[in-house]
Amino acid sequence: MSAEGAIVAGLLNIVLGLAVLMAAAALLTWIERRLLGVWQDRPGPNRAGPFGVLQVVADGIKLLFKQDWIPPFADPVVFVLAPAIAMVTVMLAVAVVPATPAIGIIADLNIGLLFFLAMSGLGVYSVVLAGWASNNKFSLLGGMRAAAQMVSYEVFMGLSVVGVVMLAGSFNLLEIVRGQQHMWYVVPQFLGFVVFFIGGIAETHRLPFDLPEGENELGAGFHTEYSGMKFGMFFLGEYIGIIVVSAMTTVLFLGGWYGPVLPPVLWFGIKTGFLVAFFILLRAALPRPRYDQFMSFGWKLMLPLTLLNILATGAVMLAATSI
Amino acid sequence: MTNFIVDGRVLTAKAGENLLQACLGAGLDLPYFCWHPALGSVGACRQCAVRQYDGVEDTTGRLVMACMTPIAEGARFSITDPATAAFRAGIIEWLMVNHPHDCPVCEEGGECHLQDMTVMTGHAYRRYRFTKRTHRNQDLGPFIKHEMNRCIACYRCVRFYRDYAGGRDLDVFGAHDHVYFGRHDDGTLESEFSGNLVEVCPTGVFTDKPFSAHYARKWDMRGAPSICAHCGVGCNTIANERAGQLRRVVNRYSNAVNGHFLCDRGRFGYGFVNASERVRVATVRGTDGERVEVEREAAVARFAEMLRGAAMVVGIGSPRASLESNFALRTLVGAAHFYPGVAAREAALLRLVADSLASGAVHVASLREAEHADAVLLLGSDLPNAAPRAALAVRQTVRAAGAAMAASARIPAWHDLAVRNFAGETRSPLFIATPAATRLDDIAQGQLRAAPVDIARLGFAVAARIDPTAPAVADLAPELDALAATIAQALLAAERPLVVSGVEAGEESVIRAAVNVAVALRGQGRNVGLMLNVPECNSLGLALMAEADDRSLETALAARAALVITLETDIGRCVPGARLDAALAGARLVVLDHSEGATTRRAELVLPAASFAEASGTLVNAEGRAQRFYPPIVTAGEGREAWRWLAAAGRAAGRTNFSGWDTEDNVLAEIARTVPRFAAVPDVAPPEGFRIKGLRIASEPHRFSGRTAMDAAHDIREPKPPVSADSPFSATMEGYQGKPPPALLPLLRAPGWNSNQSLHRFQAEIEGPLTGGDPGVRLLEVRDGAAPDWHTAIPEAFAPREDMWHAVMLPRVFGDEEQSARAAPIRARMTPAAIALNAADAARLGAAAGRVIACEIDGEIVLLPLEIRAELPRGVAGVSGLAAMAYALPSWIRIAAASEVAL
Amino acid sequence: MLSVLVTLWGTFLHLFQRNVTVAYPEEMPYLAPRYRGRIVLTRDPDGEERCVSCYLCAVACPVDCISLQKAEIEGRWYPEFFRINFSRCIFCGFCEEACPTYAIQLTPDFEMSEYDRRNLVYEKEDLLISGTGKYPDYNFYRVSGAAIPGKDKGEAERERKPIDTRSLLP
Repeated sequence: MSAEGAIVAGLLNIVLGLAVLMAAAALLTWIERRLLGVWQDRPGPNRAGPFGVLQVVADGIKLLFKQDWIPPFADPVVFVLAPAIAMVTVMLAVAVVPATPAIGIIADLNIGLLFFLAMSGLGVYSVVLAGWASNNKFSLLGGMRAAAQMVSYEVFMGLSVVGVVMLAGSFNLLEIVRGQQHMWYVVPQFLGFVVFFIGGIAETHRLPFDLPEGENELGAGFHTEYSGMKFGMFFLGEYIGIIVVSAMTTVLFLGGWYGPVLPPVLWFGIKTGFLVAFFILLRAALPRPRYDQFMSFGWKLMLPLTLLNILATGAVMLAATSI
Repeated sequence: MTNFIVDGRVLTAKAGENLLQACLGAGLDLPYFCWHPALGSVGACRQCAVRQYDGVEDTTGRLVMACMTPIAEGARFSITDPATAAFRAGIIEWLMVNHPHDCPVCEEGGECHLQDMTVMTGHAYRRYRFTKRTHRNQDLGPFIKHEMNRCIACYRCVRFYRDYAGGRDLDVFGAHDHVYFGRHDDGTLESEFSGNLVEVCPTGVFTDKPFSAHYARKWDMRGAPSICAHCGVGCNTIANERAGQLRRVVNRYSNAVNGHFLCDRGRFGYGFVNASERVRVATVRGTDGERVEVEREAAVARFAEMLRGAAMVVGIGSPRASLESNFALRTLVGAAHFYPGVAAREAALLRLVADSLASGAVHVASLREAEHADAVLLLGSDLPNAAPRAALAVRQTVRAAGAAMAASARIPAWHDLAVRNFAGETRSPLFIATPAATRLDDIAQGQLRAAPVDIARLGFAVAARIDPTAPAVADLAPELDALAATIAQALLAAERPLVVSGVEAGEESVIRAAVNVAVALRGQGRNVGLMLNVPECNSLGLALMAEADDRSLETALAARAALVITLETDIGRCVPGARLDAALAGARLVVLDHSEGATTRRAELVLPAASFAEASGTLVNAEGRAQRFYPPIVTAGEGREAWRWLAAAGRAAGRTNFSGWDTEDNVLAEIARTVPRFAAVPDVAPPEGFRIKGLRIASEPHRFSGRTAMDAAHDIREPKPPVSADSPFSATMEGYQGKPPPALLPLLRAPGWNSNQSLHRFQAEIEGPLTGGDPGVRLLEVRDGAAPDWHTAIPEAFAPREDMWHAVMLPRVFGDEEQSARAAPIRARMTPAAIALNAADAARLGAAAGRVIACEIDGEIVLLPLEIRAELPRGVAGVSGLAAMAYALPSWIRIAAASEVAL
Repeated sequence: MLSVLVTLWGTFLHLFQRNVTVAYPEEMPYLAPRYRGRIVLTRDPDGEERCVSCYLCAVACPVDCISLQKAEIEGRWYPEFFRINFSRCIFCGFCEEACPTYAIQLTPDFEMSEYDRRNLVYEKEDLLISGTGKYPDYNFYRVSGAAIPGKDKGEAERERKPIDTRSLLP
């Protein structure tokens, strides 16, 4: 392959990947509402287009055509920057996710996992800056909560994958998937799987961990002042985040593209979709914890469990190699 | 102070209170019906039963009626005792047996004492399953609706109507379960106090007929503390509004003035506010002579242009306009060009009254003080027709002797029936000297029917008898001398004598004589009160404001000004049309008034001045008490306080002395600075900035309904309610709903007490002043240093003439007062104009009753039907129903039997 | 922790349950006769207006959306106008509870959307129906002691003839 060809192929990969991702995230808003409807014994949005699928288009048009409004009391530069950060960081995180060995944006980064963690860490800035720039007490409180929550949960989210890294012996995600050809890491690393997934929920601040935007006490939290497409960017960022976390969980614990009969990309899609659906089920089923409960849950339960997991993995590996 | 115990709580009672009063005064809920604070106790309804215990050991006790129980020190009672509560519930159940299940169509509903008491006793379910007794109703005239089915036979109506107000035509008929309260036959209730039956009746037997025609529930009306604008007494009222319409006027208790009762003129005379002849927008007369409506700014500009262009401007003030408006006019035209809008004769009388009252030589009696007088001399004034509420107070004075007797026999004053029985026919002395019979004659000890000058001579003679240094009357007829001696003796024997006269006497000499009598009594160390009645709600205020010279309407017109401004006064009523045209020829005329009249028809510019229901202002009553009224109608359109128009025009014309005139408080402060007599006027009511707990005072009841639907038919938006810059009231129910200061009482209601019987929750003590003192400020107090200054101009005795009759004005309750005469129910009670002669004079004239008489009054021929009134003195003709000619009377007139002309 | 799983499972099982909502307006829902929808004014069994203009509905209304004015013909009270501002109405039914004559009733009709708020102001002509609504028999004036044209004193239910005040007989 010539250098030009590689660039064209890479660009195509990026464009296609982003297009699929954006489409999936947009569609996810509709899927979520339909699924919530199903679990709440009602139809959900079913008026626009077949099965209401054009609701996505309607919402998009609405968001796009809303007045691009910056409150006069807000810090305009940061106010605009914040939603962009939200979008960009999650989309960058997608870059390292390998759907199959061939499909993925830059799938073969040897520090792929660290890149993912770094990007999700950067995501904190979007909510903090949004809360700060809005210059509104609800937003600020929401931003503060988000920062505390994401910093806290990032700690053991990062630690929870250490076991996987130890088993795979690599930060390269392709290597990690290949390490699961015979056994998914969810089996030896079940604790890690649970902690990672919970951390993922917290990172994307989805229900039940959506304290930064707790409607009943903070209006809409950090994005109280946002409307139109800037709100839409937060919104999309959140849904891409769901997909990314689900995809990462698939990659790290559920054996990535491996599976019988069906083509690998489909397997990857099925596993990710299952996790996305689980995200939505959580939202349909669970109430939001109190903020202090949530924080102590993280620090007093999740963190010790993660450390225990690393310890046990290390011990088992030591025992296995010494035998 | 007596201590007693109710349900373990130690309470204190004032000496002479009964248990019911003491319990209500302590804020306890004890149901009652027949007791009324002004009528006392009769123990008829058995509703206020409580249990009395003989001591700590006594646990059984016995039922007593609280209203009939005096309180001994340390006495123990129980209200909540279950058996007693059951007894009271049983009483209500019996009372409700025949009650007709028609609360939804009853005007009393929502402010019904019977409803309140039924709820208070807990009688919620009807057990009686048999048939109900029914009654037929009577047509009781234009004021009162009758629904006898609702009666619970508490006897309050007849006790008020007959015993208190002296009416004869309402009584109780039938026996046992069939008792019937009504007239012997259908017909109009004659007493001028019949309207009080509406408030006295604890349920809906007597209801307000004019109110029923545009009915709203009590909870649906905005209230405002108001002052009656229909005579000089200044009764406190609450005016109720809904949907921009003045719905009714009810009594507002004032201990010093009107107490619990109003006269029918005050209660039913408000109709002019809603009338079609109201001036609602400013109009300018165009070159074609037609009046054209103009915008407010244009009207003010026109007014300013007229002010600038005129060489001399004359302002004619009004006895029915507020102090603020009169003062604004005085400020605009200058004191030198400010004239009172009353005819010369009345102006002179008012000046005399004002000077006499302001001299400080004698105490000016309030109505409450008058009520407690024990000897009264009424000189020349037909008080029951001129100022009915004052006459009602005078009527109570004759009970003083009987009350003193009863007190000496240790019968408590509240024990009404016992006091009346014990007193029998014993009455305190009341002497009446008037040209014609009055409705107080039935209780008078001595009467004189004489011409005004003879009445004055009698008064001077009484003064001379009391104090020999007073000028004596020469050539007094022996019978007058004897009467004077009797009167002087009675007045000297009294502790609290009262002398009453008024502008309606028509002769300055009569008022001078009354002042002499009062001064003489004060000289003898008696606690004397003087009451001089004035015709209009602010007559005295205007007289106190005007410069002390011979100003009147006539001199104002004679001044030949280039611009004449009349303020809320229909000068066409006092000056005949031709003479008015002549006087106004060449002058431009600006009229500020609330209703169309002879003057607005001549005006170049007519500005809509707000009536009492749309404006606030200060009035000075005959007692010299300044009182504030507030508007219940807050959406008056273009109409506004006259002083606002005048100040706006003054400002537009470049006058600098109107700079601070944006709120009423500022205007009042300006009045107080400028006129020393009115220094206390800003204290009459709390200022605009007054707040309780940071809140304005709510003018609507908390359950005011229909806010989002009332105006929805023409405007679905709900605009912000107006905010008053002149009063501490909010225009809605949002605001302080508790007990406001007495001058700012917009409605009477307390939890559990929706009727006007909730009054006791607003009083410092039962039958005492309202919590916080009586509203209003007395401007005229007696001064010790003021030397008695005898009036010495004693008139010659009256001598009948052969060819002329001395015509005097006989006032009428209904129709003489200009504003109330526009109200439909008052018009229905007006009697046609007539001239009265005694039988001998009529025979001399050769005319029988009903014959049309041609009278030449002030150069005009007036045709009036003849009435025979036997009591009239010879040579005196009584003219009634001719308020427009009042300026010319009393005077000598020529009369002749006209040819048969149908009037 | 277990309760979280139970909840998740329980919620998940709703996947297999029927929807409780219906696809209005293609499918009309069943509304009980006592459903609190559009307000009407009814007539008594004689075909006369039941409303006696007592103002109790207006005062019971928590959003103050009822306004009326009493008028009278020979003892019979009726509303001169009766206005409900449905753009304010919350369909709480307090007015129906308060009505002493069963005049005002709520009906199973909620389809009253308008593009212009002014069209939601209903006057008496819009509210008054020809029937008796949910209470076919009640007639206030037959029970109450007020005399109206066609029913004199003493002719209501459980009433004796008017007494003769001039008689002293027991």
